[in-house]
Amino acid sequence: MANQATEYNPRELQACVASKMLEDKKSVFVGTGLPMIASMLAQRTHAPGLLIVFEAGGMGPQSPVLPISVGDSRTFYRAVAASSMHDSMSLTQAGYLDYGFLGAAQIDVYGNINTTIIGDWEKPKVRFPGSGGANDVGSLCQLTIIIMGQDKRRFVEKVDFLTTPGYLDGPGARERAGLPEGSGPYRVITQFGVYGFDEETKKMKLLAVHPGVTVEDVKENSSFEIIIPEQVEITEPPTEEELRLLREIDPTGMSIGK
Amino acid sequence: MEILLEGEGELLGWHDPDENRKWVLENKSRDLYDKRMTVKEAVEKFVHDGDYIACGGFGHIRIPMALIYEIIRQGKRDLAMAGKTAVHDIDILIGAGCVTRVEVAYAFGHELRGLSPAGRRAVETGQCQVVAEISNAGYQWRFLAGMMGVPFIPSRNMLGTDTLKKSACKVVKDPWSGKPLCLIPAAYPDVAMFHVPRCDIYGNAQIDGILVEDFELARAARRVIITTEEIVDNEVIRARPYRTAIPFFVVDAVCEVPYGAHPTQMPYLYFFDEEHIGEWLGLSRTPEGTEEYFDKYVFGVTCFEEYLKLVGGVRKFSYLNRVELFQEPMKAPWLEKK
Repeated sequence: MANQATEYNPRELQACVASKMLEDKKSVFVGTGLPMIASMLAQRTHAPGLLIVFEAGGMGPQSPVLPISVGDSRTFYRAVAASSMHDSMSLTQAGYLDYGFLGAAQIDVYGNINTTIIGDWEKPKVRFPGSGGANDVGSLCQLTIIIMGQDKRRFVEKVDFLTTPGYLDGPGARERAGLPEGSGPYRVITQFGVYGFDEETKKMKLLAVHPGVTVEDVKENSSFEIIIPEQVEITEPPTEEELRLLREIDPTGMSIGK
Repeated sequence: MEILLEGEGELLGWHDPDENRKWVLENKSRDLYDKRMTVKEAVEKFVHDGDYIACGGFGHIRIPMALIYEIIRQGKRDLAMAGKTAVHDIDILIGAGCVTRVEVAYAFGHELRGLSPAGRRAVETGQCQVVAEISNAGYQWRFLAGMMGVPFIPSRNMLGTDTLKKSACKVVKDPWSGKPLCLIPAAYPDVAMFHVPRCDIYGNAQIDGILVEDFELARAARRVIITTEEIVDNEVIRARPYRTAIPFFVVDAVCEVPYGAHPTQMPYLYFFDEEHIGEWLGLSRTPEGTEEYFDKYVFGVTCFEEYLKLVGGVRKFSYLNRVELFQEPMKAPWLEKK
């Protein structure tokens, strides 16, 4: 591709990779940080018709800069509606949200996520903020994209607390639990690459590595076995234009770094 | 209905619908009367030790901070609080020892600004107890059920997770589809507090921008305290009744507090005071620093007007207004560390 940048940071790369997953004329449920920037970048490039919905009630905003919070006034700047959480969440449950973004402190092979505690729930070693809207996104959006840091402590055999549902314990488990049919984790983006979930087993599968990353790096930084297919793609690095847009969206570098 | 699973979390603020209805019939006036009082009087009258409280707004947005500081000043104790994406309010109240029990959808974090030292320290040392987990939609639907006067709302979130196991929800078999369904219990907070841009003396409150869950929470709570940027004439409300988010008959107190949401954001009026939030996040890293913060900003002042001068007065608020209106870029200490 023309004008590929030679210098970029991992967060810039992840934002661009996430952005490309979002299709035009679809809807996305967006959380704080990289998800916002990825969605705003998609709107400014290949997906001008992407509908952005925030949990606190902002719908279809056209904010010149990145909001700090999913409830801040930037989330309903030039929006089509400044609504409510009941509205956003009900619409998601009813099937109006194609994509949802999630972050994670821990993830397992089925895409189950922990953002609640490390250790024991009664006496936690570390207390994280909890579900927030994550469980709702993971339960109710049709496809979820998870952006997180990857190492052995984060890619775990078993999450300390199952905050947000992935494929639970395998194929059909979501539907058996009563979660919406056909919904679930779609992609995982880390500093090493991009993962999907195997059709049959619903286990995490490597799809692409970032430039300069090896399959060994991927394996070494996971406590569970990741399915490695014969064909592994290499992600496209950001273009100069994408980097320029990222700086325009996040001029202070609050999400993308300096 | 067949019960498939019962959450182990504590059921906070639930009442039998008839019991709550009776309470409403006996205690909520339909009279259009002047409810103005000071923040001090409102907290004295309506916030009691042991109460289950909730704030309107979201995270660092439209939080009734003047009331939060007053709760600390009056030394309220053993409060339970709705962690319905409660960020700055709950962190400060936990840090001050007022809130000791939390039902958590989101708490102990400050979104992009990082995790909250005071709240986490309290939970990790056992000073503050997490009594139940839930999700944001879950919490909001607890208030919806409360507002509707029904014991629960059915939903399709949280199923299959530990969030549900540690919540006060139950899973049943839906009598229609036969599929598992989550039942989210109603919540009726003892007192809910809101900051709004305009309200009349009777409590008709208008909100500019997103409502978050204020619509439902105000109608579910037993007592409602409104702080407002300005008190407007009843005619102003009646000229645009479609903007009223909270009607007078659910409101118990109205306090005029300009800049009452500082250091949180008031949409269209003033931006987050990142400098002040940064000062709290820095000081609250230690118990001593936490004390220092309260000595300076809560016990060191006698009223909210003094506090406003202390945090930067007119100059600060004109800057925050310009940032909110995109006329000046934001500055934040936490950004320097990124």
